[in-house]
Parts: sequence; C-alpha cells; structure tokens
Amino acid sequence: MAAHIDASFVRIDGLHKHFGSNHVLKGIDLRIKEGEVVAIIGRSGSGKSTLLRSINGLETFEDGLVEVAGEKLHAGQTDLRALRQKVGMVFQQFNLFPHLTAGQNVMLAPQVVKKTPLADCEAIARQMLKKVGLDHKFDAFPDQLSGGQQQRVAIARALAMQPKVLLCDEITSALDPELVNEVLAVVKQLAAEGMTLIMVTHEMRFARDVGDKLVFMYEGRVHEMGPPKELFANPQTPELQSFISAVH
Amino acid sequence: MMMEFTTWDIVRNLMFGALWTLGLSVTAFVLGGIVGLLVLAGRMGHTPWLRKSMRGYIEFFQGTPLLMQLFLVFFGISLAGIDVPAWLAAAIGLTFFTSAYLAEIWRGCVEAIPKGQWEASASLAMSWLQQMRYVVLPQALRIAVAPTVGFSVQVVKGTAVTSIIGFTELTKTGGSLANATFQPFLVYGLVAAGYFILCYPLSLYAASLERKFHGSAH
Repeated sequence: MAAHIDASFVRIDGLHKHFGSNHVLKGIDLRIKEGEVVAIIGRSGSGKSTLLRSINGLETFEDGLVEVAGEKLHAGQTDLRALRQKVGMVFQQFNLFPHLTAGQNVMLAPQVVKKTPLADCEAIARQMLKKVGLDHKFDAFPDQLSGGQQQRVAIARALAMQPKVLLCDEITSALDPELVNEVLAVVKQLAAEGMTLIMVTHEMRFARDVGDKLVFMYEGRVHEMGPPKELFANPQTPELQSFISAVH
Repeated sequence: MMMEFTTWDIVRNLMFGALWTLGLSVTAFVLGGIVGLLVLAGRMGHTPWLRKSMRGYIEFFQGTPLLMQLFLVFFGISLAGIDVPAWLAAAIGLTFFTSAYLAEIWRGCVEAIPKGQWEASASLAMSWLQQMRYVVLPQALRIAVAPTVGFSVQVVKGTAVTSIIGFTELTKTGGSLANATFQPFLVYGLVAAGYFILCYPLSLYAASLERKFHGSAH
C-alpha cells in the first residue's frame, strides 16, 4: 500500500442527517485506509444504509464532511460528479439498466461520462465481465440473467469506472440463498486485490472472515468499531452483544 | 343558379378537406411533440421557476377548452397587429394544446421509471441530462408509445374545432357542402366516417403497441 501522510483514504467527519424530525445520523466520524474492507452492521433503522449512501451523495446531510481520495463532499453540495467518479456503488436491487445488454450496462458510464472511445469501452466491459466470470453473457439482457449474475454485472459496471472505493449496500439481501456465494466470491476477490470496500451487510460470517474493520451502528451513532474477529468474540456493549446473538 | 351535387362530388370534396385535417394533425403532433419535450424537460428539471411555469402551462392548456385556446391565438396575434391566416392560428393553437398533453403523458412515463435507475446512473457519475438521455428516456419511451399514439386520436378529433376560426378542413368542408346540398345528414355522416377512417387505425395501432410492450423489457 502506498504511504499516505494521512492514513485515512476515506474520511467522514461529524456527519449529521435528519429525515424530518428524525435524527438518523448523530455525528459520525470514520476513518478508512486504502485497501481496507469495512463492514457496517446494525439493526434496520440504525442509519447504516444512510451512512453508506451519504458517502457518494445519494443522501444529503446537513452537517459534516465526507472526503474520498482527496475529493471533498460538503453538506448541501449539489455537483457530485467528481466524487462519484471515485466512488462506485452496488445496490441491493442490482438496478441494472433493463433496456441494455450486460455489456452495454458496463460500457455506458465510461462511454458517456469519461468519453472513452467505443472500442476501448468494449474492451473494458469485456475485461470487467470476465473478472466477475460473466464474459460469455456480454450480449444477454438483464432479465435473461439470474439474480446472482445480475448482481455480478452490477459489480462489473461499477468497476468499469475504476473507482477508488466501492460501496456495497446489502448486495446479497435480495438473492436466493444458493446465489449468495457467487456474489460474495467476487467481493472477496476484490478485497484480495486491494480494493477499498465499504459494505452494509447481514452476512456476519463474511464480515468476520473478509473484513478488516467492523462498524456497529446503533441509533444513528457508531456504537462500536474494531477488528471483526475481536468484536464478534468480545463485544464491549450490551447492544452489540444482543445484536450478535440475535443474528446467530 | 342551382348546382347539382352527386354523392361522388360530396365525397371528393370531403376527401380534399380530410387532407387538410390530416396535414394539420401531423403538423400539430410533430411540433407539439418537440415543444412537449421541452416542456417536459422544464417541468422535470432542477430549475424551480421553470418547473412552476411549465406546470402552469400544462394546467392552463388542460384546464381550458381547445376552442378558447384557438380564439386566444387567433385574436391575440391579430391584436398585436399581425394578420394571422386561419391555418397558422390553428397550427399554433393545436401545437400548444398537444405539447401540454404530451408533456403530461410523458411525465407520467418518466416517473414510472424506478428510483433505482436514477440512483444507479447517478452513482456512475452521470449528469442529469445523461441520465435522462441514456437511462430514463429510453425506458420511458417504451411505455410512452402506446398512450402517445392513443393521444394522437384526440389531436385528429381536436382539429375539427379549427373550423370555427375558419380553417377549411374536413368539418368546415362538410359545413359548406351541407349548406349547398341541403343534405346535412348525409354530409355529416360522411364527415364522421372520414374522422373514423383516420382515427380507427391509430386506435388499433395503439392497442397493438400496448400488447407488444406489456411485460416485455426489450
């Protein structure tokens, strides 16, 4: 890993967010190093998805700062394209573009956002689809693919923009159980290649085995944070204790 | 001097009038579609005053009779000292009318596109225009085709009103023929048949498009 003056590659400072009168993020501070794999866990409503979606500006926030690889995001900022070129995202519902083939899904953003020549876009798309094991599905439409395959195309689509950080929002929650592993295998491979990953997940075993850092969110705050194996073996707060025993 | 009209004379004249109806319909529909796209962009864009004014535009044209709109165009432009021929006033009025309805139909189609499509394209760093152009509109267009073709029937029928400001299309031709032949029932029956011949294929086409796109993604 390259030496940084400040070890934080992703920096979140004092993040506050309200939905109406509901204070969903109550001052989040988080530092993530390059290449780190961070798993965010917590009950629904704890603010974990909102936190993740704040990192690429899909959720606005009222106070605080997000910085990714030197690209700053302030409260209320409207032009997010520079930041979003550095932050890829994969969604629970895949959100592939149904009118485009798998290959076109992957090619689209490099082509229209980065203005990469078409032939290069196609090469990138083939390479990315190969990475997720779907190069033979280049011409398939999303509705011809299984859920697991669609999610892998979605990962390839995000990777084609060569992001510095990949956000994963419960990316296996909408999948049939037998399809979860093929997606996790891809994520695991990305982690091994040194991709900085921030994932909201319910896959506790995966978080423990692959994660470098576990973030437990509780009522809009980072309640506990540390190496996953330690936290799982020895939770410091009763809230994390009861959460772990509830999901096991 | 009395002139004898055969049924063929009547039909022949009506067919000529129908051509003007067709021409006006196509003009209003094409121009209305272009203006409608601009109205849609304003109505759905991020500029608050533009959103509000486009909403007002749509509500005005949906909330007033087409005939009043034509009167306003016809007499409004003359008021400014410009002499507008009936065909031009008819084309302008119908274009406004069509654009407002199409913008509203298309807005519904754009809003039917799931939020996840916006979020996915936004997270790929696309601008609003790129999201519209490459992700949202291609999908919205697919669902818009059937109601758009369906609405074209309303445009064809709407052209009948332009006879009142003196544009000689099918209805106006029918009026003159009814006066000259004293056979209003026959003439207006043929006029109605003329509209039906123009509109029915469109209705059939819209229905078949509806079936074709229903439940198929590409």
